[in-house]
Amino acid sequence: MLKAIVTVMLKKGIFDPQGRAVHNGLESIGFENLKSVRVGKQIEIELNLNDKSLAETKVHEMCDKMLANPVVESYSFDIKEV
Amino acid sequence: MKWGVLLFPGSNCAEDCFHVVDQVLGEPVSYLWHKDTDIGDVDAIILPGGFSYGDHLRPGAIAHLSPAMTAVKAFADKGGLVIGICNGFQILTEARMLPGSLLQNRGLKFLCQDQTLKVVNTNTAFTSEYDPDEVFICPIAHNEGNYYAKPETIAEMEENGQILFRYSDAEGLVSDETNPNGSINNIAGIINRTGNVVGMMPHPERSADSVLGLSEGKKVFVSMIKHIEAMNS
Repeated sequence: MLKAIVTVMLKKGIFDPQGRAVHNGLESIGFENLKSVRVGKQIEIELNLNDKSLAETKVHEMCDKMLANPVVESYSFDIKEV
Repeated sequence: MKWGVLLFPGSNCAEDCFHVVDQVLGEPVSYLWHKDTDIGDVDAIILPGGFSYGDHLRPGAIAHLSPAMTAVKAFADKGGLVIGICNGFQILTEARMLPGSLLQNRGLKFLCQDQTLKVVNTNTAFTSEYDPDEVFICPIAHNEGNYYAKPETIAEMEENGQILFRYSDAEGLVSDETNPNGSINNIAGIINRTGNVVGMMPHPERSADSVLGLSEGKKVFVSMIKHIEAMNS
């Protein structure tokens, strides 16, 4: 079986208020030297597939159709044997 | 004029929209279901506010793939009037029926308040009842209302008169202080290039029945009725 781990992030240059809040929070408890913090999503998908290249094609389709909004988000993923 | 209010699991403003069309405007209206592939012979479709599919993943991300949305797109492609309010606006951007996207409010808070709007373009099927630069109060209730599109898209929309409403103060001044959620250029509502699909974060259906104290939102629906009547006459 294969497992896809998809990461979805707001595109560079788009203000991420959640990341900003986490940044401020980390600084308020004493962590210094933070350049930036951005918060995204991780989506884990177990696939009933053994063909890795077919899995890649399918996960790309999932990202393009639903998991990410290309207007404001970018995505990347890893596919592993489990 | 026949209206349809499209229901998704998690829509919670559908009854308000239904009430306005049925009781305030006295027009025939029916509910459409997200699984419907045939939306019937309606003249206008309202995508109401709420939290379709619990807003999971992104607001509108799952709803826009519903079978009914294929029919709504076909309806809009033929020139049918479609208005998405709040979550309905988010669904229309996810469906790419409107440009841009709605991001989380810059203040990270869910906003629920009366909001002053300034009408930007009155020369549309949705705003003809307003006076140029008219200012009115229309409630907002959202967590992801921060309108974003690429700078070149915004420039095009501004040039084409696609901005219908901006967040302003009572005098009609539009500034960063009058911007509740961080939307680019204080954008509260937009229209597509062909002039038949609108999305707006404020709730005109909550300011359309004078018994609730606000009634200027009604002009959006009355504009739509006049447009359809003019086309049919």
